[in-house]
Amino acid sequence: MRITVDGVQLAARPGDTLASALLRAGRRVLSQGIYTGRPRGLVSAGVEESNVFVQVLSGSGEPMVRATEIEAYDGLRVRTLAGKGLLPDEPDEARYDKTFAHTDVLVVGGGPAGLMAALAAGESGARVLLIDDQPRLGGRLLASRAIVDGLAVHDWVSSMRDRLQALPEVTVTSRTAVVGYYDHNYLVAVERRTDHLGSAAPATMARHRLWNIRAGQVVLATGAHERSIAFADNDRPGIMLAHSATAYAWRYGCRPGRRAVVFGAHDGALAAAVELADAGVEVAAVLDVRDVVGADFAAALARRGISVQTGATVSGTLADDDGVLRAVLTSAGETVAADLLAVSGGWNPAVELFSQSGGRTFWSEAAAGFVPDTAAQPTHCAGVLTGAVSLARVLSEGAGAGAEAARAAGLDVTEPATPSVEGELREEAAPAAYFCVDSAAEETVFVDLQRDATLHDIRRAVGAGLTSVEHIKRYTTIGTAADQGRGSGVLAVGVLAQLSGRSMAEIGTTTYRPPYTPISFALLAGRDRGRLADPERVTAIHDWHVEHGAVFEDVGQWKRPWFFPRPAESMDEAVRRECAAARTGVAMMDASTLGTIELQGADVGLLLDRLYTNVFSSLKIGSVRYGVMCGPDGMVIDDGTTARLAEDRWLMSTTTGNAAKILEWLEEWLQTEWPDLDVRCTSVTDQWSTVVLVGPRSRDTLEELAPELDCSVEGFPFMTVRQAAVAGIPARIMRVSFSGELAYEITVASWYALAVWEAVFAAGEITPYGTETMHVLRAEKGYPIVGQDTDGTVTPQDLGMGWIVSKKKPDFVGKRSFARADTSRSDRRQLVGVVPVDGRSRVAEGAQLVSHGAVLTQPPVAMHGHVTSSYHSVALGTPFALALLDAGASRHGEVLDAVDDGHATAVQVVSPVPYDPDGVRRDG
Amino acid sequence: MLRIPCPWCGPRDETEFCYGGQAHVPYPADPSTVDDADWAGYLFFRDNPKGWFAERWMHRAGCQRWFNVVRHTVTYEISASYPPGTSRPDVA
Repeated sequence: MRITVDGVQLAARPGDTLASALLRAGRRVLSQGIYTGRPRGLVSAGVEESNVFVQVLSGSGEPMVRATEIEAYDGLRVRTLAGKGLLPDEPDEARYDKTFAHTDVLVVGGGPAGLMAALAAGESGARVLLIDDQPRLGGRLLASRAIVDGLAVHDWVSSMRDRLQALPEVTVTSRTAVVGYYDHNYLVAVERRTDHLGSAAPATMARHRLWNIRAGQVVLATGAHERSIAFADNDRPGIMLAHSATAYAWRYGCRPGRRAVVFGAHDGALAAAVELADAGVEVAAVLDVRDVVGADFAAALARRGISVQTGATVSGTLADDDGVLRAVLTSAGETVAADLLAVSGGWNPAVELFSQSGGRTFWSEAAAGFVPDTAAQPTHCAGVLTGAVSLARVLSEGAGAGAEAARAAGLDVTEPATPSVEGELREEAAPAAYFCVDSAAEETVFVDLQRDATLHDIRRAVGAGLTSVEHIKRYTTIGTAADQGRGSGVLAVGVLAQLSGRSMAEIGTTTYRPPYTPISFALLAGRDRGRLADPERVTAIHDWHVEHGAVFEDVGQWKRPWFFPRPAESMDEAVRRECAAARTGVAMMDASTLGTIELQGADVGLLLDRLYTNVFSSLKIGSVRYGVMCGPDGMVIDDGTTARLAEDRWLMSTTTGNAAKILEWLEEWLQTEWPDLDVRCTSVTDQWSTVVLVGPRSRDTLEELAPELDCSVEGFPFMTVRQAAVAGIPARIMRVSFSGELAYEITVASWYALAVWEAVFAAGEITPYGTETMHVLRAEKGYPIVGQDTDGTVTPQDLGMGWIVSKKKPDFVGKRSFARADTSRSDRRQLVGVVPVDGRSRVAEGAQLVSHGAVLTQPPVAMHGHVTSSYHSVALGTPFALALLDAGASRHGEVLDAVDDGHATAVQVVSPVPYDPDGVRRDG
Repeated sequence: MLRIPCPWCGPRDETEFCYGGQAHVPYPADPSTVDDADWAGYLFFRDNPKGWFAERWMHRAGCQRWFNVVRHTVTYEISASYPPGTSRPDVA
């Protein structure tokens, strides 16, 4: 296989990661410190990697990935990065999917403990999901030479995989990383399905898949990450975690160096020295900070002619001209030539997911690591995660945890026998909690390689008086890079303990938060992108609007015609023409989006009396009434008309964007406070479509379309409803007006909406208009729009609508609050009109109202109110705006400045009803 | 994400529900007799305990019905779920 790195071709073998291919090719310097610019190389073979990140250029690309986590494929192209990735300019065309899983037992981690747990739970008949982030199951066994049940580890892992696959309720998923552990055993995982296939990836397959998992029980067998030790010049290429070095040698078949020094604080480091020696690396020195080391290990090394220097540390390193390690300086004063320094300070159990779940950790002296303590959810921990070291113990813990989980899930369990283990050295001497070799050159003692943060930075933080590890993290930025502190977190706690003389337990860790590894926005979005991000609602007449050149406006999820420009007409010109037609002739609008709720039952009138500020129970059949709804706090939440169609049948209309909310509001009161009321509510917004006919000549048009209907002022008065055929189609017609003009709302079943609309349009010279004209017409009449002219702090009285608040009803929702001191203030913000003094300038919606001539450059400038709606009024011949103004009702005539973006426009406060204040036009 | 037991539909994901705040805060029988301080308490003041809390939920993406849940505000454990109008069960 050929791969390309920074334009240079390299060979790779099947099973290689990008990192192992680079190492085999002898590439040592692969990155540089983001602030220091110092050369950096691989420090690990896995998810702990904090130095070598690349941008993937082939396939779907990816801006920033660890080299240790990229599976090599023929044609892989990457660019090395110094610190930060680059987002590509092209859109991501790959497909991303989501899937959902429900399982009795979820096992996280496919290493020895996870395999045993899955087997124990699976054999009980439980539904089991085993998730592993690697391409192959086995975890740390993949780099081990132990004999399990008489089999080489690879064969044992294969046999385990076969046994699991034979169980019908067990699912095994590889290349899948659990990134979040949330409440009630809800976990999220990322499955990488095609990244390793290169050009062989099937085009129909989703690249990544997001797993949403709800598990009855969770077994965490997440293993551990190796911890380094900080010392002077510990960042040179060639300095690597010891078990990563052995993984390169034994799993990937590439020698991590020719001549090695091993430096450690536990028997595991000595085991790594044995593995390196057996892999053909010359082990020049083994330094152990402890005075007592495991006898088995010392003997194994002695058999290979290697002695262990106890109580010894690394005091520094030397580099060649490229910055690559060439020698190690020891505390004994020796200079040992070496191109590999394998470091192992101990194991950090991978408690990230456990901590995310709410579980607490504690510092275990025996394990020299933070290990899980009490679980907060149905969680079972097993293996190296718990601080276990020997493989035999790990296997038996796994089987135990799997059995315990299946039992907790209600199944009968026979725990499988623990496999025998041969060829494993036994851990004999306690590990040391050792983190940092003190040095005068403390600015080269790196604690967080990715943030280039050092012992010096931590000392400064402590010197500045910081004691909490969370504060020190933020002060030094240690643990905030893309590796999220996997390499540096516990190390920093250890350094802090050394500097401050406090214990590890006392300091504790920083908080672990999801995601465990980065997750892309493209995956979170899945297929909910572009037009599929949110539903689009269109009326039954929508296609006609499109054909007639409507410009659309989004209102909630609805697409509504905004205005209907003629060729070469601007928006202002179109709106002026549409307004003029409505005021002087006849115009029509599609009002199908208005929320419509049908209410049935004997107690509808009673319910409406309790929820509207005015009286509804007295409404006669065939009549319509306008109402305002308030919350218990007295603030307006909606308005609209309600018709009584029959004794027990009513039809309520709501603001377009408020329909679902108001239906829920009705249901909430009916279900929780007044379940005794006989009322049923149904949303019928989509079932009915409404054509609004507006203008002094609209009666003529309706008479023509509905010859059987008496359209006279006496026969069809304002605020009544009639049933009649319109253009031969059964229709409900309401005489209501949102413009002040004579107007009719013609409602038909949505199937007939287009036919009725076209019939109305054909009935004469009728101008279709959109929402902008509707707004101008209603603003000229001072009709507020809930949510535009109100903001949840406005009472009906503030809107000048005290007339709609019943004095007679003993109670309705909101009434008690009108007597509150704050609600009764006379200087509350009240609805007013404002017109520009110059008669020309249209003020911006949202503009602040300040005293006329206020010096804006000398804050604070007192705000008196703000503009809520602003239009050019055709009827008035000038711009006109609605505004909420402190004590506005008593300030008509006053001149103020409307300020927008530093620009002041002088405006005069006027009545909010500048047009036809006496309402003489509504009868035509 | 919580797994909430709807009394009518069974256990479902939290994303199907909307939250309704503290339970058992009834609309006063006669608000006109409630003094300003108590009315402000009804409108604006709710308990915020560390521990077990009775709260309202509505199964918006399901049966659209309101119900009450007893939930622990530290562990998020849910110990009871019951219809509106019934009293808080004697659990936890």
